[in-house]
Amino acid sequence: MGALNALIAVCLSYVALLFLVAFFAERSAMRGRGGWLRSPIVYTLSLSIYCTAWTFYGAVGYAARSGLEYLTIYIGPSLVMVGWWWILRKLVRIGRSQRITSVADLISSRFGKSNLLAVCVTILAVISATPYIALQLQSVTLSFAVFAEAGGGGQSLYTGESTALWVAMGLSLFTVVFGTRNLDANERHHGVVMAIAVEAVVKLFALLAVGAFVVWGISGGVSETLSRIDASQLGQWQVNGGRWAGLIMLSAAAFLCLPRMFQVLVVENDDEGHLRTASWAFPLYVMLMSLFVVPIAVMGLDLLPEGSNPDLFVLTVPLSQGQQGLAMLSFLGGFSSATSMVIVAAIALSTMVSNHIVMPIFLRVTGGGASVSGDVRHVVLLSRRVSITGVVMLGYIYYRLTGGGEALASIGLVSFAGVAQVLPAMLGGIFWRGATRLGALAGLSVGFVIWLYALFLPSFGPGFILSEAALLNGPFGIDWLQPQALFGIAGLDPLVHALLWSMMLNSVAFFTVSVMTFPSPLERLQGAQFVNVFQHSGGPRSWSGGVAQSEDLMIMAQRILGAAEARALFQREATRQGVRGDLPEPSPDFLESLERELSGSVGGATAHAMVGQIVGGMSVSVEDLMAVADETAQMMEYSNRLEAQSREVTRTARQLREANSKLTRLSVQKDAFLSQISHELRTPMTSIRAFSEILRDSDGLSGDELNKYASIIHDEALRLTRLLDDLLDLSVLENGQVNLNLRHGQLGDLLDRSVAAAAASDDGRALRLTRDAATEALSLHTDLDRLSQVFINLIANARKYCDADQPTLDIRVTDHGDLLWVDFVDNGSGISTDAQDVIFEKFARIGEPRVGGAGLGLAISRQIMQRLGGEITYLRGESGAAFRVSLPRPAMAAQ
Amino acid sequence: MTNSADEPVGPRPTIFVEKQTYRMRRIMDAARLVPLLGVVFFAIPLLWPTDPEMRITTSRTILYLFGVWVVLILVTMRLSHVLRSLPPADRSTDRGGAL
Repeated sequence: MGALNALIAVCLSYVALLFLVAFFAERSAMRGRGGWLRSPIVYTLSLSIYCTAWTFYGAVGYAARSGLEYLTIYIGPSLVMVGWWWILRKLVRIGRSQRITSVADLISSRFGKSNLLAVCVTILAVISATPYIALQLQSVTLSFAVFAEAGGGGQSLYTGESTALWVAMGLSLFTVVFGTRNLDANERHHGVVMAIAVEAVVKLFALLAVGAFVVWGISGGVSETLSRIDASQLGQWQVNGGRWAGLIMLSAAAFLCLPRMFQVLVVENDDEGHLRTASWAFPLYVMLMSLFVVPIAVMGLDLLPEGSNPDLFVLTVPLSQGQQGLAMLSFLGGFSSATSMVIVAAIALSTMVSNHIVMPIFLRVTGGGASVSGDVRHVVLLSRRVSITGVVMLGYIYYRLTGGGEALASIGLVSFAGVAQVLPAMLGGIFWRGATRLGALAGLSVGFVIWLYALFLPSFGPGFILSEAALLNGPFGIDWLQPQALFGIAGLDPLVHALLWSMMLNSVAFFTVSVMTFPSPLERLQGAQFVNVFQHSGGPRSWSGGVAQSEDLMIMAQRILGAAEARALFQREATRQGVRGDLPEPSPDFLESLERELSGSVGGATAHAMVGQIVGGMSVSVEDLMAVADETAQMMEYSNRLEAQSREVTRTARQLREANSKLTRLSVQKDAFLSQISHELRTPMTSIRAFSEILRDSDGLSGDELNKYASIIHDEALRLTRLLDDLLDLSVLENGQVNLNLRHGQLGDLLDRSVAAAAASDDGRALRLTRDAATEALSLHTDLDRLSQVFINLIANARKYCDADQPTLDIRVTDHGDLLWVDFVDNGSGISTDAQDVIFEKFARIGEPRVGGAGLGLAISRQIMQRLGGEITYLRGESGAAFRVSLPRPAMAAQ
Repeated sequence: MTNSADEPVGPRPTIFVEKQTYRMRRIMDAARLVPLLGVVFFAIPLLWPTDPEMRITTSRTILYLFGVWVVLILVTMRLSHVLRSLPPADRSTDRGGAL
């Protein structure tokens, strides 16, 4: 019991230490003093979360069962790291320039920000990580159990379940505290990284210590150890070639695709240069981790009784030698391996779950956009925390449900094969521009389904979803669908079999669908940005080029602001900075003010992108480009509006010009009329005066002469009166002071009277009339006198102005239901087009007046028709002059 | 809005580069070759005899595999040290057409 208590005490103080380390790292990073936090060594150590409890305990068990095959799990990642120039360098550059937050984000960003893809990758990652987390909890529980047994008998207080629960809760707490402290845009967690770096040192030290104890403490030296190995049951190289090659490939793929590895490799990366150190330091680390695995395994097989769990040799070998302290250290190593993996996996998975599943659902449900940014930040943090707890608890539930299997390694490999399905989409995405969203989706789905069917479900053993019969003979007896012998090819190792088919069909589906489909514009843009990331991002520039940058900025600013203004701005800034010459240092202050200045001209996003391009350090993301496009669209819309306005102004001006010319024409007409009317008034006045003078002054006039002169005077006086009557009439009509005298009458009668009245006047020539009596048999209810005045005027006009040899007037009556048309069409030459719109104006006279008339007739007629509710219009398209009188229906009485 | 088409954004890529840059490019080639060599060397044990009489002992295998591992680590260490002094501009254009 004592040992167990001591263990718990040590364990708790170790956890407290980790909390402290994380806390201080976080604090100094916040104060900006965390330079040492970002050293390449810390980065390399953080990568060691690849070595989980599976490595720490399981590798020895693996070696005890299958000899050197366990090395494949480390050789794969080592090859990826030494080959950093191929893939990792590009991944890290893409991750930094596109601000990638997770492996799901990488895939989704590459393929046009498809959330569907992100959701698929997230689900795949969660499914394959859950057993793995369960595995870590199990390893801690098992190691506790070992100590409890060693402590002797008193197992009453100890239950594995409670340990696992406590560990799960503690891990959730740690991860929530340090993993979601802030919502950094770069998703970097200095506290967590520092803590796992410490844990990395602890686990390496612990394993090396146990190894050294075994080699030099028990065996007595290197050569003795080697001969002991050769003498053991593991003494000969007997590795299944397919598994050897397949597992190296699998572990390399998983190293790139595991969400937790992506988190530390790409997301937490502060500096691309760190990769250079990690390229050799990480292989060194895993080499050291695997160095003493075989000696420990051989020693365990030698020393411990038959049937002991080889997965726990790291603990049980020192314990069997009475090395309590070493065992404690070894326990801490295993504890560190388990906890660091769970912490980072929880962070990585929760980022994916929260960003790609919880947040989209939340935003859709609340219907809000990103307009309430403060609230959303809060919600994101909350959803991260809930996701972290959810992920860890999922692992715990899985552990409770399965009860914990004995062979740790197998579930680890199943999990690896699951996440490796992301590899074709990932590599295709960063190396091949032709990869499309649908291709990635097809590849992922095919690989996922085959993995699930051929490896994941069978890994639970017969009876779980797949019955034993289905496992052996295929579902429904379909032979070629046997989960572990697809297409009838039996005899392969189940893991290699599943790996082969899933990866192969995954890649084929990915390639084929990609080739056959066409990507969206955003996909193509992202594809170019990802594949050609080294051309686009340009790398961190210029510790040397301050002046060169300022010059570039100057050139750009001149183009946008104009030369004089840009120079003044730079001069002002240089003076403020106290720099000699007129180029200021590109300090953040200056850049900010320059950006503000530029954004006034070209829009905020464009200015930001332009300054960013010149100063470097960050590349233009698609969001930036979209923002630029938005601004451009706004400017275009604005200019379109301006254009529309200017068109309207032009139209108004044209209307004004037309109105003005009409007014001018009217004014000319009025002047002409005034002179005409004075002439008209003067002519009768002159003759009245002349003849009245003759009457007054001449004696001896005969009676005939007297009579003749007097009647001339009378006629002229009548003409004057008529003219004045007309003017008066018009003014009365225009002022609306006229009273209508409504009566019933026949249209035919009215026309007869009008014709007679017009014929009675003696000016003008004789006119032949064409009428149709049948159509004129209509009853009217209107002011008959006024209407006849209009008719008389039209007939008289025809008499006066029709220039045909045989003047003919055609009077047509048409009944249109609610309208009655009376058309007066003569056979003359008609009225010229430009005269047509003024004939109804007052004083309008067409051409030289051959016959008398003041030009008021049509104006009066139009006024009359308006009073009667109808209208009089000039009919275009007739051979001669043609007028149409329209009377509304109510003006006609029912028969 | 900013750079018009008639002004090239950067210097025109040339066909031949200076000796220094040439050396750097070859070191990048070497960096690319290392993992391929690693794959080959780690695959060699697959060719070893499977006949129970002639099997290679585990101790020799361990020495071979860890030996390859250490050599890979040392080579990578050396290369990444040389690549550290690479001028930044070259790092970004290593895929350019010039030799």
